[in-house]
This record gives sequence, structure tokens and C-alpha cells, in this order.
Amino acid sequence: MIQRLSIHGLTERKSGWGRVFEPPAITAPRGSKIRPQPHPFNLVFFVIVTLWCWALQNNEARAAQSFANIVESVQPQMVKIYGAGGIRGLEPYQSGFLISSDGHILTAWSYVLDTETINIVLDDGRRFEAELLGADPRIEIAVLKIDAIELPFFDLNEAVDLNAGSRVLAFSNVFAVAAGNEPVSVLHGSVAATTKLSARRGAYATTYHGAAYILDAMTNNPGAAGGALTDRRGRLAGVLGKELRNSLDNTWLNYALPIPEIRSSVNEILAGNSRPISSEPDRRRPIESVTLASLGIVLVPNVVEKTPPYVDRVLPDTPAAEAGVRPDDLVLFVNDRLVNSAKILQEELLYIDRIDEVRLVVQRQQQLIEVSLFAE
Amino acid sequence: MSKLVQWTAAIVIGVIGCSMADIASGQVADAVRDAEQQRIQAVAKAVVSAVAVFSADGNGGGSGVVISPDGYALTNFHVVQPVGDYMQCGMADGRLYDAVLVSIDPTGDVALIKLFGRDDFPTAELADSDDIRVGDWCFAVGNPFLLATNFEPTVTYGIVSGVHRYQEPAGTILEYTDCIQTDAAINPGNSGGPLFNSEGNLIGINGRGSFEKRGRVNVGLGYAISINQIKHFMGYLHSGRIVDHATLGATVDADEEGRVVVSNILESSDAFRRGLRYSDEVVAFGGRTIDSPNAFKNVLGIYPKGWRVPLSYLRDGTRHDIHVRLAGVHAREELLAKIQEAPTDEPPPKPAPQGEEDKPQGDGQEKAPPKPHGETAKVPDELQQYIKHRSGFANYYFNELNRSRVWNAFHDAAGDFAETRGEWRLSKGEEFSITLGNEESAIKTTTAAFSLNREKDLSEQLEPQGSGGMLATLHLWRRMLVEGPTAFGDVVYVGRAPLIGQEGLYELFQGTYDVVETHFYFDPMSGELRCVEMAPDPGVDPCELQLFDYRDVEGKKLPHRMLIRHGDEDFLDLEIQSIQLSKTAKPEA
Repeated sequence: MIQRLSIHGLTERKSGWGRVFEPPAITAPRGSKIRPQPHPFNLVFFVIVTLWCWALQNNEARAAQSFANIVESVQPQMVKIYGAGGIRGLEPYQSGFLISSDGHILTAWSYVLDTETINIVLDDGRRFEAELLGADPRIEIAVLKIDAIELPFFDLNEAVDLNAGSRVLAFSNVFAVAAGNEPVSVLHGSVAATTKLSARRGAYATTYHGAAYILDAMTNNPGAAGGALTDRRGRLAGVLGKELRNSLDNTWLNYALPIPEIRSSVNEILAGNSRPISSEPDRRRPIESVTLASLGIVLVPNVVEKTPPYVDRVLPDTPAAEAGVRPDDLVLFVNDRLVNSAKILQEELLYIDRIDEVRLVVQRQQQLIEVSLFAE
Repeated sequence: MSKLVQWTAAIVIGVIGCSMADIASGQVADAVRDAEQQRIQAVAKAVVSAVAVFSADGNGGGSGVVISPDGYALTNFHVVQPVGDYMQCGMADGRLYDAVLVSIDPTGDVALIKLFGRDDFPTAELADSDDIRVGDWCFAVGNPFLLATNFEPTVTYGIVSGVHRYQEPAGTILEYTDCIQTDAAINPGNSGGPLFNSEGNLIGINGRGSFEKRGRVNVGLGYAISINQIKHFMGYLHSGRIVDHATLGATVDADEEGRVVVSNILESSDAFRRGLRYSDEVVAFGGRTIDSPNAFKNVLGIYPKGWRVPLSYLRDGTRHDIHVRLAGVHAREELLAKIQEAPTDEPPPKPAPQGEEDKPQGDGQEKAPPKPHGETAKVPDELQQYIKHRSGFANYYFNELNRSRVWNAFHDAAGDFAETRGEWRLSKGEEFSITLGNEESAIKTTTAAFSLNREKDLSEQLEPQGSGGMLATLHLWRRMLVEGPTAFGDVVYVGRAPLIGQEGLYELFQGTYDVVETHFYFDPMSGELRCVEMAPDPGVDPCELQLFDYRDVEGKKLPHRMLIRHGDEDFLDLEIQSIQLSKTAKPEA
């Protein structure tokens, strides 16, 4: 009850307490009659607890109190992420936060991660290279891992739910203002609405269609994606989304993904279920496996180390053509396994028997499309 | 069990007690009402000192804040740059006041202006901006989009998003070091306006924002120049000069272990002479721990040229603590040239090209083309006397004003030496005697004698050896006292600067005579001249003449203890027993 934060919450709680507990309020002081000679020690307890209750209450109401202590307690969980980009106005950095003591980092799934070397800078300035453990492009999140232990972290299971009106703090390395051991930026605001992101063509085009906290603060700027949204006590509530522009009226939407929307995906990634099979040891290949040719797909030429698996051509009268795969589709998943390069995609197919189903998730502009193919 | 009952009772009573208090106050807790009242009071206290700055022709402008009852107000350099040296300022009382430009700090993007028409202007209370923490509430006051037709300022509330931020120079010159980042809305027109803490005390001057693809409007990241930086520059900002920032003469970088090490150092720099070398690890600067190159740049940015700042470095595990005299970032001509090309304003909001961020927040709306500095529209007759043009100065009137003020205070404290134009004799029994005069200046001791040769430059006569030019410095000291700042040579009021080993800041004159540069430090409290520094060349250590123990001499006051320092050494600690001043006026050849 006391954890309710908004002014609305406060009002609800008061009426609740008043109704249920008013009678005991009269009898409670008479408790001393039951114990005619109260020990001074107990009186001290009594005073302390009363003061404690008063303090809690007061805390809750002290709207003008500085967030400084809360901000300080959150900052050590935040990380700065540096990766691909730097051209065509694509900033080569974004934000993230630790979700385990041994170096798991939750962030936004974006082009920044599309590189061999993802660099992480912790709040204390320590630098690490991160491994991409997995991603869920459908909700635009990714999990990274660095080789470190005993780190402060946000426990996703302890994340709080927010309502419209809840006051929030947004932590991110927006515009890469902070470097090294400098703490990331903090903005404040309120949840304006809890709703689903509707992806209308042209207006706020996004691949994420789930529930979202719409925020009244300018949280979603370059570099802010993957940052942490907390309640006003610094408890994790969401992940800051990407920049989202309405191309019709040029307005921008600031939003965050509620933790419950992404928790299961994160757990899947942590369990290793989204990693390519080819990365797992002791996996047997079928005698006859699927090939790109048998599906009718020609990828763009594999020229660099991590060429993204874009479809260059779809051959006529093939399974791919029948299933509606199109040129310029970007293949993201093969049978729920993340494939973030042409090389990994080809290796992944080696583990699928020619007679089995091949499920692909492809990205076509801002849409994610799932298709099912049979090579034979 | 009984304890449990007591605990339960205590909790219940506590909670009920609090709830009842809420109900009594009509559903809103007292703490909320108190907080609201506090906020209202802070805003009410703060807005009265805010200023809306307009150019005389009514186009463009920005914001500012009054810091003294006689009308001195802070704003941004990039606000006054296109406006010129005369402007009009609206305040929350609905009145419009005339104002003139006093000084500019182009690198720090700060300007001081002076409003006229009252001697009781409401002023902002200056806070200690090093006390603010990320997460603290704060608010900006100003005139965004030039909305306020009645000059009542706009208040935007937010929190401190970051402190000690370093923002690379934008355009050619403006560099924001050690600045405060806020999510309080900072929009065009807020430039130069105040950022207050939750108590309504001044913590910074708003001037910049991060913009990218969203046009020139607030995107949740505004930057304010910290008031603590401005406090360091305050004396300089009253000098009417174009104020320069400082360089160490050395650069630093982070090495692989993240240590901040000297990556480059000029052999002609004071830092080098004090012992700093390539690859030394800088661990503290200006009293702050240095753990990143940005932290170093932050400290460097908050001090004016000429200040001496403590620096600590590690070499082979040994810590060395030194004081370093900071040199100017720019040569004089370079600074003047850069001011001309400094970004002043941009066209009205439009989608900015990629990479265009962190531009200074100019002025408000559409603007007239900027006028070159110094050219202003129709200055009212009664203000003409407050504007004086001179190359290298923003407004020479204020330099003369402060030079006279400091000199008059010295006169009041020590007397008028204009009549004692003859020889001065300072001695201690038979040990030594110093003769100072227009014709001859000399030192005689039991073992040695030195005198100045009038045919040669002072800069070539640095006797006694090791003193850095003690005799020449004494000669110039007497010359200043006798001739005064108007006849000494070219004397400029610099501002206020620290002296090593002394508390507080001292009023500083810089005099140029016979090709040497001499600094005179006056005690702002007593008015006494505390130190004279003579530098024959910027690349060598000056001779420092510290003056103590002022005592009566023929109705005037003169020092009876002189400490002569050169480099890191005390050269001589001189106790003077007798001083004789001759009134014979011998005309200078």
C-alpha cells in the first residue's frame, strides 16, 4: 500500500485506511491498560515505530524533495554502450543497464549492436567488450554479457508497475553527454498513458506493438534507447524505447517498454534459447540439410565479416517465392534462433533437416513477418 | 506475543495519526502544501531579478539576471554580441530599463551589462553551484520565444540532469566547461537567463541545449554555465575588457590504465618551470581530484587567464604540489578576430542538418542581421557617457571607472605620493640602503652595489642576480606610487585575482612601461598595495615584491617589510627601518 506513489494512489490509500482501521485507532492506545506497567524500552519502540510511520508518510508526500539520493543509488547500474554507426546521422552509441551481478546487460536491439566489437563503459569508468547473447527484434530488446562479477544490478523480477500519473525518472546516456566515469543523464516526468503502441503506416512506424508507457518527458533522444525508466524511488519499471517520429506531423513520441512485456523474452535469451544452434557444441547435423538454394533465396553478397542477411533475390517457383519472401527482406530469425549475419544464417540452415519446417522471421521496413517454408 | 501487540499498536497509531492529519487538511497532506508553498516562494523570490534583454531596434535579444542593486546583470556573450553596446531590459515589474554592455567573456559565453534607472534593483542571491546534485529540483527563468510582452518572465521547472559536464566548443569559440545540465525547458530566448535551485538562489546562466533533428526547441537537455565559474570571473567581468580564458601550456590524455597524464607541454609555460613534465600523472587541479581528461578540462575552464591555481602530480610514486600561473588561451588579436566570427544567432527553428547539435541558444525569433560590434542604434544622450570605445575593450568606460576606484582606495589608505617626486631612501642601519628616483635607482649593501642604467631597457637589468629583477621592480613600484595609473604608462584594470599564500582575491592592475609588464595587487579591504610583479618576458618567472607592515612615513603609509620572491624561492625578506621621501621634483628627462 505504502508503495503507491501517485497522488491518486495516496488518495485511494487514505480512504482505505480510514475505513478499515479507524475503530482500532481508538482502542489501540488502551493497549497500555493490558500492560499496566509498560517497560520504558517498549515505549521507546513505540515512539520509534510511530516516527517511522510518520516519516514514511511524509516521504511519500514530499513532492519537492530532491531525487539526489535516489539518482545516486541507480547510477551504478547504468552502462554506456558504443558500437556501430557514426554515419548518416546514426549515432554509434546507446544506453543499457545491468540485470545480473555477473555482467548481463539489457539494452535496445538496434544497429549499434550490429558490429564485432560492442564496447561497454560502466558507471565507475571500467571498460569491457561485450558479447551479444541474444535479441528479440519483435520487442526491440537485446541482452549483452560482459566478463565481470559482483556488479550492482536491477532485478527484473522486482520491477514495479506504473499507472498514468506515476512520476518517473529516465536514466540514459542521451547524446553521449557522459563519458568514462561520468554519470549518465537523468530526466524526470510522468507516465502520460499506459497503452499499446499502434503502428500505423507512416505515423509512429515501429516494429514494437506491445504495451508501452507513454511519457511526458523528452526521454527518447539519440542514444537514450535502452536506458532505464524507474519510479520516483529508483525502482526499475521499464526500458526506454527508440526515437519514434510521426512522419505525418513531425511529432515525436517518448515511450518505454514495461518490464513485464519483455521479461519472458529476456529469460529465453538468458536460457540460451535464442542463440544460433551452430554456436552450441555437440549438435549433430542432419545428413541432408536445408540450403538457401533449396529455399530459393539469394542473399546480398557476403563481403564483410558481419554482412546482414538481406535477401537480394527470390527465385521464381521456389518455396520462398510461394511463402512471399521478397527482395530487401532482412532475415532475423531461423526457427526462433537469432541470425545476425549471412554467415550465421547459412550455418544455421546446416542444422535443419531437408524435410523439416523452416520458420523465418523477416523484417520488411518496420514490419516483422513470419513465414514458414519447406524445402521439399 | 505482547511485543507483537505493542508493535502492531504502534504501527496502527502511527498510520492513523498521519492519515487523520491528511484528512484534517482536506485530503492534501501538509507536506505537499508546504512543498507547494516553498516552491511558490522560491519562484516569487527569483523572478524579480530576471531580465528580458532586447536589442535597441527591438529585434532579438535574450534573458539575463541582475546581481547587484546598482544594476549589474549577467547574460550570455552570444546574446549581447549581435545587440551591441546599448540595449533595453524589461523586468518583472513591467518596466523597461536602459542598459549598456560592460564586459564580455567570449570563450565562456558570459557577458556583464549594467542597467540604469534605479539603485535598488532586485537581485538574485548567488548559491554555491558545487553543492547541487543530480536529481535536485531547479528552475529556469527567462523570456523564451520572447513571449512576455509585459516582461513578466516565464518559469520552467525541472531537475538537474548532470553536473560538471564538459561540452566541446560550438562553432569557433564558445566552450561550456563544468556546466550544469538540466531538463527544465531551455528554449531560444532563455539564453543568458538564470537557472535557480529549489530555494530560488542562482546556480547558473542558461545558454545552450542539445538539439538534433527536432529543430531549435527544447529536447530535454539544457546547459547552464555554473555560477561558481562566473564568480571566478566576476572581477574581470567588471573591468570593461574582453576577458580571456586560460591554458596550462600543457595537454593531458588518459593512458591505457585510465590515468590522466601530461601528453604535451610547452617549455615556455609556467607549468614546465614549476616542474611539470611529459607523462607526469595529474591527480588534482584547482582543488579537485582529476580522474579523466574531461575533469581536467572542466577545471581549466573555470579560471581566468593569469590566475595561479594549485596542481598536484605524481612522478615515480611521489606526489608534487605546485601552483601554476595560467596563460591566456588566445593572443589578443586572435581573440578579437574570433569574436567577429563567433556564432551569434541562427535562423528560426528548422530541422537542423545532421550533426548540428549543441548550438548556443541565441536570441529568440527572427532577427535583423547582426551588426558589427560597437555599432549601435541611437544611444540616448544620457547614456553616451557610459560608453567608451577602445580596441581590446568591450567598454573602456568601466575600466577607467574601476581603475579610479581602486586607485582612490589606495590613496585613502596610503596617501598621495604625487608630491614626493624626489629620491626615496629605504634603509636598515648600515646593512643596506635602497635609493629610488627618476635619475637613479640603486641598491647598496656592505658587500655589493647595483644601479639601474637609464640607457638600457629595464627588461635587461634583472639585478641582483637570482632576484628576477628586484631593483627594477622597486623602481616601478615607486614610479606607480608617484605617477599614478594615468601617468605610469599604459595601466589597465584587470579584475580580481588570487595571491599565493593570501586569503581572498586582490584588485589587479596591469601596467606596461619600458616594455616590461608589471602587475599590481591591491587589497580590496584595506586598499593597500600588497604585491608588485614584474615580468621582463612572459617566458620567464617574474620578480615578486610582496609588501607588508604598512607604517607611517611623513603622513603617508609605506611598507616596512618586503619579501622578494622569484620562481619557487624566497630571494630576500627585507626589514626596513627607515624611509626618507624627498619632495624635490626633478623633471624626467
